[in-house]
Parts: sequence; C-alpha cells; structure tokens
Amino acid sequence: MSTIEERTDPIDVAAVKADFPLLAREIKGRPIVYLDSAATSQKPRSVIEAMTGYYETINANVHRGVYEIAEASTNALEDARAATARFIGASSPNEIVFTKNATEGLNLVARSWGGANLRSGDAVLLTQLEHHANIVPWFQIAAEKGVEIRWIPLTADGKLDLTDLDRLLDGVKMVGLSAMSNVTGTLTPVRRITDAAHAAGALVSLDACQFVPHLPTDVAKLGADFASFSGHKMCGPTGIGVLWGREALLDAMPPFLGGGGMILDVSLDGWIPADLPAKFEAGTPPIAEAVGLHAAIDYLSGIGMDAVRRHEVTLTGYALRTLRERFGDQITIHGPSEPAERGGVMSLAMEGIHPHDLAQVLDEHAVCIRPGHHCAKPLMKVLGVGATARASFYVYNDETDVDALAEALDAAAGFFSF
Amino acid sequence: MPGLEDLYREIILDHYRNPRNRGELEAPPATRVEGFNPLCGDEIVVYLDVDDDGTIADIRIGGQGCSISQSSASMMSAAVKGKTVREVQALTRAFKGMMSIHESSLDGEADADSEAAEEAAADEVRLGDLEALRGVVKFPVRIKCATLSWNTLAQGLAEAAEAG
Ligand SMILES: Cc1ncc(COP(=O)(O)O)c(C=O)c1O
Repeated sequence: MSTIEERTDPIDVAAVKADFPLLAREIKGRPIVYLDSAATSQKPRSVIEAMTGYYETINANVHRGVYEIAEASTNALEDARAATARFIGASSPNEIVFTKNATEGLNLVARSWGGANLRSGDAVLLTQLEHHANIVPWFQIAAEKGVEIRWIPLTADGKLDLTDLDRLLDGVKMVGLSAMSNVTGTLTPVRRITDAAHAAGALVSLDACQFVPHLPTDVAKLGADFASFSGHKMCGPTGIGVLWGREALLDAMPPFLGGGGMILDVSLDGWIPADLPAKFEAGTPPIAEAVGLHAAIDYLSGIGMDAVRRHEVTLTGYALRTLRERFGDQITIHGPSEPAERGGVMSLAMEGIHPHDLAQVLDEHAVCIRPGHHCAKPLMKVLGVGATARASFYVYNDETDVDALAEALDAAAGFFSF
Repeated sequence: MPGLEDLYREIILDHYRNPRNRGELEAPPATRVEGFNPLCGDEIVVYLDVDDDGTIADIRIGGQGCSISQSSASMMSAAVKGKTVREVQALTRAFKGMMSIHESSLDGEADADSEAAEEAAADEVRLGDLEALRGVVKFPVRIKCATLSWNTLAQGLAEAAEAG
C-alpha cells in the first residue's frame, strides 16, 4: 500500500460535523467528543430525515402491493439495493442480500454455504484477529460437521503472519477473514489471501464490517466470494446489514430462514424457493432501514470514499504522533505503527490504568471511548491483555477531538498516578 | 450528577494500589474458585481456607481487572478473614443490599433507611470500609465489577461446604 499520509485534511470536518445533530449536544456541560464509531457511527440529518420521510409518505409493505405507496415502497427498497451494489462494485443488485447486520450475513454464509458444502475432515481457516461474529458461526457448523478450525497467527505488531499460509490452506474449504480489525485497525492483505485461497480451492468470507464504512470498496478487486457489513457503522441505521456474494454461489446455496417473501411456491406438499435475492430475505425486510442506508451511501459518496480514507489516515497519523509524543512509554498503542497500514481504530493501554477506569474518567470529560474485549477474545489473548480502551475515528472527527482525548488521558493519568 | 469522587474514594484507590491478601493458597486443601465478568474481562480468583468450626482461617485473592473489581476483592478479603461463614453470609447480604440499585436512591444521598440497611441492621452487620463502595450504585455498569468478588466468594463457600 502506498504511503498516503498527508498533513492536510481533504474533508471540511466542521461542515461534516454540522450534518450530525447528535454531535451538537453536550455531555456534562462539555461538547461531546465521540470516538466510538467502530461500535456504531453517528447519523447525519439526511439519513434521519430520509427515514422519517419514508414513514410519513410511502410507508407500506413491499412486493405484493399494487397500490401506489406499496409500489413506491418496493421501489425504495430496490433502489437501496442497487445503490448498495454500486457502492461496493457488485456486478448485480441480485448479489445484495439485506440482513439484520454483519453478524447475520456471516452466520448466513456459515449455515447456508457451510451446511451444504462442508464435509467431515474439511478445514476452515480463520485469523486470530477475527470478531466473534466470524468465529462462533464457524465453531457451530464445525461441531456439527466434524470440521477442523485453523488459525492464521499474528505478528507482534498485530498484522497477519502469512509465513505458513500455503501449508495452513491445505485442505481448507473456506477462509473467514476480517478486512480490518475492529481492535487494532489492522488492514489485512485481502487480495493476497483471496488469491492464495482460490489457488488452494477455498472460498473467502470477508468480514467487511470495519472496511466498507472507511475505505473505497470494490468487491471484484478484493477478490472475496462473500462480504458482510452493517449499515449502522457507515452512517446508516441499526437493523440493516448487507451480505454480498458472488451470484453463482448465492444461487446454488439453500435458503437460510424460511417464511414469507422467500418462496416461489408453497403447496401442501412442499415449497420452491424464490430467486435471488428474495431467497435469503424471509419475512418483511428492513424497509425504512434500507432507505436510511441508501441515504447514508449517498452521504458518504458525496464526501467521496477516497477522501474519507485520506482524512482518516491523516487523522490517525496525527493521533499516533500526538499520543506518542505526549505519553511516551506510559502509553501502548496496539496494532501497526504506520497509518497507511491501519484504519482509524486504536486500542490504547495506559500504564497502570485499567481500560474500564480509563473510559470512566474519559466520560467525565465527555470523551466517548469503549473499554472491553470488543468481541475479539482470541485477539485479546494474543495481545496479552484482558481488555483494551478503544478510540475510533470517522468523517466527523478532527484534531480537536484527538486533542480532547489527549487532555482526558492526561487527567486520567493524574487521577490514577501512584 | 454523580462525580468521579463518588466512585473512586481514596480508600478504594488505596486498596487498588496496595491490595490486601494478594496471592495464592495451595488448593487443596484450600478451595480455589474463579469468577469472570464477561462484559469487561475482569477476573477474580479466590482461595479459601475454612477451618472445621466454620471460620475463614485464611483467604487469598488473585486475578486482574479494573480498580473497582480489584479493590472490592481486596476489601472483601480484609472484611471476611477470621469471620465465621454465618457472619460472612450476613455481610454478603448487606453488601449486596447496598449494591442493589432498587434499594438505593440513585440521585440523592445514600438512603439510610433503605430496606438493605434495615436488613443489615437486623443482621447486626457493620460494613465498615466496605461503605466506601456505596458510590458505585450511581454508576450502574460498574456494579458487576464491585459484586464479582462477593459472588465468587459465595461460590467458594458453597464448594468448601460440599468438600468439607
Ligand atoms: C469487525 C467486526 N465484525 C463484525 C461486527 C458485528 O457487527 P454487528 O454487531 O453490526 O453485526 C463488528 C461490530 O461490532 C465488527 O467490528
């Protein structure tokens, strides 16, 4: 990856911040400093208004309706699907399955593809930096099928150690891979792994939950076979996620949930599944949420995903420099040291202060960070910690937020100094 | 609005910095139990030596976690050492009563006439230093940190009773 760190920000952050109503509020008498976008992002006014507008003007159930607003509602859902396909470079809207969140997408792949294709003695390869959402579903199916789970280890600075990749891939049918760690911000070499996996006869299910919101995404270039992400981490609402899959693969897979909307025909003797993508969307879909996601995609596209990425590299570089200069040996920042190799997520450890206590003191300064294991306990074990304090950035954060973080960390260090 | 000084009393920070009864006992004969707080990864190990007449002859604490979980464990160890199991059960009830959001007033002063306090009084229990943890109820997500060691102790006492 080329070095794209720059000192000037390509985004007018003050203008962006003004688009997010929540960021105007105060906490304990201070302006909120929101540094938890890796957990969920804030929502711009355009997303909130799009959803309200949907409910106020065209709310109706989709598909079978013939009246005007039912048709408008159906169109809104399908427009959202088409916009999502364009946003990630999918070759057809049929490749976009709306789910509840990334977790459901990852489970769908494990259950539906894994259920139909994994046999006793096969292996599934995961990385040690996976979120539990790309671990537990594989454990579940592995236990049923007698499948072996293997792990790609990590280097000391939190990157994937691919030394043994070819040996690890031997006999593997599926690779579960996070494109970007939600703990260390590590960007993984997706293309290198998808190429190696394909050469070894394996498919790749990408956890793109932290990637799609922050970097320009072209699924064709990434080379994966499936990719899952959540609307709520990319300025969209909760309650909607996306599973992208290669059309031929999705087409060959059995449905995941059964019910209305996913059938072509049901009789007293049985049923025939619908075509893609309806086959995987049983029940009433998240329609207003799809409208919100569409608005979020428009919002991010308006800024430009290249600009989003360059902004975050610049800001992450500033944060790494600032925190290292100010706290020296007192602070550990897990993960790659080069901003170009990571996203805007950093897990911090302050000498002698437990992450839980750190987050508590930071809350007093209206600085929102998250302590805990971040649903990545195997990674915590590799890092040798029980928990980390995680700060994460997005389009609406700027240097003043980093400075506020540094001030609050300073206060915490003072408070807990021995 | 509760402030940090409600949570991090000096005595709590003192127990965090200088934990009492830190270490291990050989198990067996001692009882060893582990407690986890899955939300924040806090972990407490309690080693208990309960003698034949039902007295906690010795206790040691291991594990790692935030200042509240670790100081609570330290304070607990100091409070229960040398007490009988019955006394410890009463103390546990009183402490859990204090940690119960429903029985404490969240916005005002600590409620002297709350049910828990009445129960504790009925048990003739004095919480002593443990009172310093009262402020934790004003930070509901931290209550589990404070009660982790007590729940682990209760499990340890049950196991010790079974084994004995
Ligand atoms: C890397 C990664 N994968 C998966 C998830 C799960 O996302 P969700 O909870 O929206 O399903 C998250 C978010 O917590 C994540 O950061």
